[in-house]
Amino acid sequence: MENIWIKIGYALLTIFIVLNYGLLLQGLFRKIGARVGRRHGIRIWQPWVDIIKNYTFRSRIYHGVMYYLGPVFRLTGGIGLLLFLPVIYGSEMFSNFSFTGDLMLVLYFQFFGVLGMALGAGESGHPYSAIGVSRGLSQVTAFELPLTLGVLAIGLQYHTLNINEIVAAQQGSILNWTFFTNPFAAAAMLLSFLGAMGRSPFDVVLAPQEIPIGPPTEFNSSLLGVLQLNRAIFPVAKLILFMNLLFGGATNWGELIIKTFFIYFWSVFVGIAFPRFRVDQSVRWFLSIPLILGVIAIILIKF
Amino acid sequence: MSKEDLEKRTVYSPEGEPIEIDPLNDYFLDLRPESYAPRNGVIEQFANWARAESLWVLGFGTGCGAIEMRPLMTPRFDAYRFGIQWRPTPRQSSVFVISGYLSVKTLKRVIRSYEQMQNPKFVVALGSCTINGGMYWDSYNTINRLDHYLPVDVYITGCMPRPEALLAGFEELKKRIKAGKGDGANKYADNFDWYKANQKKIIKDWDMPDYNW
Repeated sequence: MENIWIKIGYALLTIFIVLNYGLLLQGLFRKIGARVGRRHGIRIWQPWVDIIKNYTFRSRIYHGVMYYLGPVFRLTGGIGLLLFLPVIYGSEMFSNFSFTGDLMLVLYFQFFGVLGMALGAGESGHPYSAIGVSRGLSQVTAFELPLTLGVLAIGLQYHTLNINEIVAAQQGSILNWTFFTNPFAAAAMLLSFLGAMGRSPFDVVLAPQEIPIGPPTEFNSSLLGVLQLNRAIFPVAKLILFMNLLFGGATNWGELIIKTFFIYFWSVFVGIAFPRFRVDQSVRWFLSIPLILGVIAIILIKF
Repeated sequence: MSKEDLEKRTVYSPEGEPIEIDPLNDYFLDLRPESYAPRNGVIEQFANWARAESLWVLGFGTGCGAIEMRPLMTPRFDAYRFGIQWRPTPRQSSVFVISGYLSVKTLKRVIRSYEQMQNPKFVVALGSCTINGGMYWDSYNTINRLDHYLPVDVYITGCMPRPEALLAGFEELKKRIKAGKGDGANKYADNFDWYKANQKKIIKDWDMPDYNW
């Protein structure tokens, strides 16, 4: 796979597959949520139509350069995270641009989009955007702690920061998964994963009915369309990251879809069962049980 | 923003330098709305299909009819099945449901919200109050005919119309959009002076820019 153009082709194919899978998950999980509420909910293809509709608006409002770049940074964060991950283990085509030490870069990319969006939403000048951004940044900072501790524990466990090698070490049996070999790190990471997905009870950022609807309040038409694309790609990229770190990766797309579906379902399950936290409750919660689990994971690995 | 906040004033920087502030000019972009020509043939048809199948309603209840919108989100009526979803911000909505009578005070907010929505946008008028004033037609404080102030796409009659009537109205709106007749935003831009004159006739204390984005 020396030719860069073939690599770019496969990268685009990955983005295409992941985008459509992400939209399908969105529709599916909104339908599941509706079924819990005894409704039929949206049609499964609604997310596609919503995006097309947003791109067909005739007028759009700009508030300045940063406002324009905010959604672009956000999408870059999602796509960047996806392309530096080995999506399919052992496949040269779908390993994309992953390299030795990619775990650190991937952690950084998780934060990148949030910061870009913070700048963009700041320029829109809407008070709810500012509230949403401050809420988002405090919550991200809180759940990054247990997440990073868990990731470091995994790095110490396998003596590598290369996701591919971490996946390789988990092959052979289900009992080789980090989920079973390092349960404390897995618990810390899966709890902070709830915050990363931004679903209830940790949906303090968008918080509809409370601060309608946080950072993207002012974003309209195609700018909102870009954000929606990211809302499809970014969660799947995160799912793939957690699948690689905790659940032994995937050797084909079918395995990937089954595993990521159930990881996503974990956040949906919690989200449907619990109402929204306040910001202070959410931050305190991440700094209690998940953080303690993360510290235990590090101590157990070290000694 | 209260009325005093909109008055011209002088503030001083920490160095004592005076700064003139004219909020109506500084905070708002009061360009006139533009009329946008539809795209060609198939592309516009496809766009209209997408607009019709993804109706994002602005969550703004203006009168008593707002009580009839709530059941649409519940299991019994469940408007989400038809691609109708609620949005909390005018920037992202494409449908404005004027739910019942409009007092002059609310009309001001309605105009501001309507103008912040992006082209194309659609107005559904609910109940007889929006058609001729209904039981409030000789009230000192409500408007009688909504389409003097905003271009209306679909009227739903009744006092109050039931949620089923609303769903039927939304289906009617979809048909209009798919047929390319949902052109209220362009109509508003083309007849901007007429609409503005009507609005100013009824709103006595006009303390906002003529066109607020």
